[in-house]
Amino acid sequence: MARRVAICAVSQTKFVRNNTTQRFQEMELDVLESLREQVDIGFADEGGIGMSINVSNDVFDARTISDAPMTDVLGAHMGCEEKVDQDGAQAIIYGASAIMSGHCDAVLIIGHCRESQGQSRNMCTNLTFDPFFTRPVGLDYCSAAGFQAQAYLSKSGITEEQLAKIVVKSRENASKNPYTPEAPRVTVEDVMSSPMLCDPIRELHAYPVSDGAVGMILAAEDLAVKLTDTPVFFNGHGNNMDSFYLGDRDLTSNFALKGAAERAYKRAGITDPKTAFDIVEISDQYAYQYPMWLEGLGICDEGKAGELIDSDNANGPAINASGGMLAGNPLNLGGFVRAAEGAMQLMGKAGDRQVKGAKTALAHGVVGPAGQFHTVVILGSD
Amino acid sequence: MDSNNDSFVVDGKLALPYQYFAGRTGSRFIIAIRDEKKIKGLECKKCNKVYVPPRATCEHCFCDIKDNWVDLDSTGTVTGFTVVRYEEPHHPVKAPFIQALVKLEGADTPFVHIVQGVPVDEMKTGLKVKAVFAEETTTTIMDISHFEPA
Ligand SMILES: [Zn+2]
Repeated sequence: MARRVAICAVSQTKFVRNNTTQRFQEMELDVLESLREQVDIGFADEGGIGMSINVSNDVFDARTISDAPMTDVLGAHMGCEEKVDQDGAQAIIYGASAIMSGHCDAVLIIGHCRESQGQSRNMCTNLTFDPFFTRPVGLDYCSAAGFQAQAYLSKSGITEEQLAKIVVKSRENASKNPYTPEAPRVTVEDVMSSPMLCDPIRELHAYPVSDGAVGMILAAEDLAVKLTDTPVFFNGHGNNMDSFYLGDRDLTSNFALKGAAERAYKRAGITDPKTAFDIVEISDQYAYQYPMWLEGLGICDEGKAGELIDSDNANGPAINASGGMLAGNPLNLGGFVRAAEGAMQLMGKAGDRQVKGAKTALAHGVVGPAGQFHTVVILGSD
Repeated sequence: MDSNNDSFVVDGKLALPYQYFAGRTGSRFIIAIRDEKKIKGLECKKCNKVYVPPRATCEHCFCDIKDNWVDLDSTGTVTGFTVVRYEEPHHPVKAPFIQALVKLEGADTPFVHIVQGVPVDEMKTGLKVKAVFAEETTTTIMDISHFEPA
């Protein structure tokens, strides 16, 4: 039986449109220092952090090997240093695997992104398309999402008003989250009259451009219980990659998300996702994804997300109590921040957004055009 | 955040001229468009599926399909679309413009291209379109200039 792994500490910076006072190394250093204040662990060979993982992206950083300038912050000189790109939640799986397998006892993970650095986020995501067949037609993640939104809205019957309510709710929740200080409250009318980006996605339906960093320390159970009174256990995960070309996929099928969730639920021993979680944190980069991902995760039945939105999910888990991705995290940190938020809730350290007595959490991340690749992580206070 | 009147922002640019090898399968697809004004697909006989853009291997059964070229009609049906209204340097045409999934007659997978000749607010799924071939080659999918109503 593999060893159990727990998150012992989490930290994040504020996510802001343009951090004009810090380089990304300094943002990560703030996270590291906060983590070290929470738990007494260093980088010693015996009993210390045995592996450091950086979450970052070469294109957003505009340099190759985007983890290379991070080694000193990560305590990774002469050490075991790794990098995870795509969704940051993958780094938790990677770190947990190293501990479960006995390679090391503790892992430090810190991720950063300055989406503000590039002229446009869309130019960055255009580069993920192949140079022959899809990049030249001008695809980027925003327009790819436009295709999916168009198809999903017509299949599901989710209305403009319901999309607007999602954004209003996200901003309301974000107003209690000190890490999303630039997500002002909006009204349904504000959202419905905001300019169209790519039909049917409006400006206020899209996650904001932001800069920030997030991190956590993972440890094997026997070490974790010495480091903290509030360990949050990594109880399962799953991921799944859909086809690359948009036309090869059924864009409304949630194929990859269902696959990722099924694997995570099986590993975590979850039979009914509707009742299994106190906290659900999903990466809703665009408003239409909120209902679509909830259906894919089985948090509500297919075709029922509209009712969930209208009823504010009164009888279900707290969904995106943080404000979710719509209130702002960079692309590559989405799932990582969701897991950090889930862990803070289970530690009872979520401040004004704390859900009382939360014991189980689901964190979801997604990257790739129109939800190509999904990650699901299941956390529990035991 | 404090003010930043004591620190610089340094302008930079990532611009690296590059030559991407298109591969034999990709090249053959583009050559057929460039020289014959013909769009070809690759068929997996086991899965009974014709793929566009081309690929040498079927991702479902892992069969080698690289020699199973089939000629497709240059007309097809729009199965999905979005109207791109924001401006970006990587756009092939000025916004607003229509990106659409076009399923050619004889193909099973639609692919994304530009549709012109329809007012953007009147665009609908199900529209019949035909390929307009480019006058000058770029040896990419843009050797099809765009699609227009058939
Ligand atoms: Zn096949």
